[in-house]
Amino acid sequence: MELNGAQIVVQSLIDEGVEYIFGYPGGAVLHLYDAIFQQDELKHILVRHEQGATHAADGYARATGKPGVVLVTSGPGATNAVTGIATAYLDSIPMVVISGQVSLPVIGSDAFQEVDMIGITRPCVKHNFLVKDVTKLAETIKKAFYVATTGRPGPVVIDIPKDITAPNIKVTYSYPQKVSIRSYNPVLVGHKGQIKKAVDLLLSAKKPIIYSGGGVVLGEASSELIEFTKTLGYPITNTLMGLGSYPATDNQFVGMLGMHGTYEANMAMHESDVIIAIGARFDDRVTGKLDLFCPYAKIIHIDVDPASISKTVRVTIPIVGDVKPVLDQMMELIKENKNKIDGVALAEWWNQIRQWQSVNCLEFDRSSPLIKPQYVIEQLYEVTKGDAYVTSDVGQHQMWAAQYYPFTKPRRWINSGGLGTMGFGLPAAIGVKLAFPDADVACVTGEASIQMCIQELSTALQYKTPVKIINLNNRYMGMVRQWQEFSYESRYSHSYMDTIPEFVKLAEAYGHVGIRITKPEEVRPALEQAFALKDRTVFLDVMTDRTENVYPMIEAGKGHHDMKLRVATGTSTDRELA
Amino acid sequence: MIRHIISILIENESGALSRVAGLFSARGYNIESLTVAPTEDPSLSRMTLVTRGSEDIIEQITKQLNKLIDVVKLIDLAESNHIERELLLIKVKTSPEMREEIRSLSDIFRGKIIDVTPTTYIIEMTGPSEKLDAFVAAIDPDSIIETVRSGPTGISRGEKGLHL
Repeated sequence: MELNGAQIVVQSLIDEGVEYIFGYPGGAVLHLYDAIFQQDELKHILVRHEQGATHAADGYARATGKPGVVLVTSGPGATNAVTGIATAYLDSIPMVVISGQVSLPVIGSDAFQEVDMIGITRPCVKHNFLVKDVTKLAETIKKAFYVATTGRPGPVVIDIPKDITAPNIKVTYSYPQKVSIRSYNPVLVGHKGQIKKAVDLLLSAKKPIIYSGGGVVLGEASSELIEFTKTLGYPITNTLMGLGSYPATDNQFVGMLGMHGTYEANMAMHESDVIIAIGARFDDRVTGKLDLFCPYAKIIHIDVDPASISKTVRVTIPIVGDVKPVLDQMMELIKENKNKIDGVALAEWWNQIRQWQSVNCLEFDRSSPLIKPQYVIEQLYEVTKGDAYVTSDVGQHQMWAAQYYPFTKPRRWINSGGLGTMGFGLPAAIGVKLAFPDADVACVTGEASIQMCIQELSTALQYKTPVKIINLNNRYMGMVRQWQEFSYESRYSHSYMDTIPEFVKLAEAYGHVGIRITKPEEVRPALEQAFALKDRTVFLDVMTDRTENVYPMIEAGKGHHDMKLRVATGTSTDRELA
Repeated sequence: MIRHIISILIENESGALSRVAGLFSARGYNIESLTVAPTEDPSLSRMTLVTRGSEDIIEQITKQLNKLIDVVKLIDLAESNHIERELLLIKVKTSPEMREEIRSLSDIFRGKIIDVTPTTYIIEMTGPSEKLDAFVAAIDPDSIIETVRSGPTGISRGEKGLHL
């Protein structure tokens, strides 16, 4: 088949099984857009800003496990995509971003809308390619998908100069079925000797804990993790990225760990003697101060990326491999040797953990006349029967969503954990809704974050993606304000905007339904109304208690055992000050 | 802070060098020297990189380098018996009374005078970096016009080697 470069790109994506491409046209990709126009297999979603394209593709990828695909033009189109690329990179999300580039002969001449996209994205991609030869185009696209989706996944950029997609240059097209890269061979199966040692250590533990992360979600190993945890009977904690990979409603689950994790999860980490880290990377928001991290524990670490092992915390037994086969390998040995578990010690350990749980660290003031954000999330959970896809932006609302919505399935909790990108939630929700049109999709956000990509409300209308935006509106950049309260003697430097838009009118201007509520008793009916409007995007503007903080908290420089807990309060304004 | 010499086989593609250099600057590792040239297989380049760091840092450096898609293979030469060599070119001012002395000094260090003008010599010398240091130190600093050094390259001894 003879095709030109633009047709090759489109046909390659179709042959790769790509359903949606999120993008925005411009000069350097006009040939590509012309090829998109002349077919209808590959569906293009026109966003309103390239950042939105990357987040929407990212949300689609996180919800489906399939790579998200993005198309942007050169120059500003490309640079606008960078935040979304970095977001995907930090959370290891498979994504292929095609960026237009100026024609080969003018590269390097500071041509109109020229930037060095390869150079700019190099530190925030798994790999990138500049295509210099149209005959290599299909193979490069195949390689990009292969790299993006295998091993530790991540975003891959393909920079395509305009002349490579020229309509008049046709070459023979065939999309490679398979591709191999001699310098890239991810290890999948774990080393047998290491696995044996790990199981021996695990079974000898008196105070064990399973600490699992996003790698379990990415590696589709949720059912293996559940079997593993159930067989051992050990407590399990999830990272922010791992939520949902183990059902949060199960009694072996002790909650999220880390900066805003539960008291019991962090205490159990601190006191444990054996930790098994599964697809988690000892992020600083998880570990707290490294010198104080898990002082009594021997650590087993399973990760597909060798560079994640012993990066910040030196581990006792490293296992390089894909989480799923490694857990299977371990399970075989565990089943044979289950009798080695010290039942008495384990019962004592659980006793201790139940005591920590009795602190009830997530309790909040339920008698307040103001809307408590935690209550909104609890109600969201009930109204959606715990079965929604929940995306979030970044800040207090993100932590509350993580704490008060017990996720029971992987890929339901969709947030920017590593990069912490405000503006992620709405476009991500659109991507999720495209993938699962019949599912409930909620975007939990705040009045600061939502404004960073609010233009995508227009995209939501165009493609009829009725997501429900739960805007926890506290008229502050809440997390910034909280830190300023604790660490800067309440000097609220620029964490407040005194010109917040009327979101109801804004939602209506974009063609959606806007609802504003101010009282706790309105929360439930408003949520029910929002989710009942199946075919409408609803912007629920919830005026919450302005001064609410996220508890518990490990403050900067402290260890897991040194959490700041909410002090029982009489009134909603009476709170501990740091 | 132990000195390590990391030898890397890397795809001979544009941008490959910047991936390595970028990795070091982004992660705050230091590079003492870096040499790179294509190998007998023109699709591959061989890079020799000298760095310093604790064991933990060197472990991270090698892991992060291995993670780069363009890196085919690497070894830390410092971990085994190896030979390293560096090339020095040095241009010195030679007054008539000093010419003989510089020539014999160059001979002692097994250097070669490869360019002669009425007032200058260019001396070529290879060897371990310390030998080159010693030679440069032996020359009157006022007479040095310029020096250029390649940075060390290295190869492991015996049958073991870095190849595909």
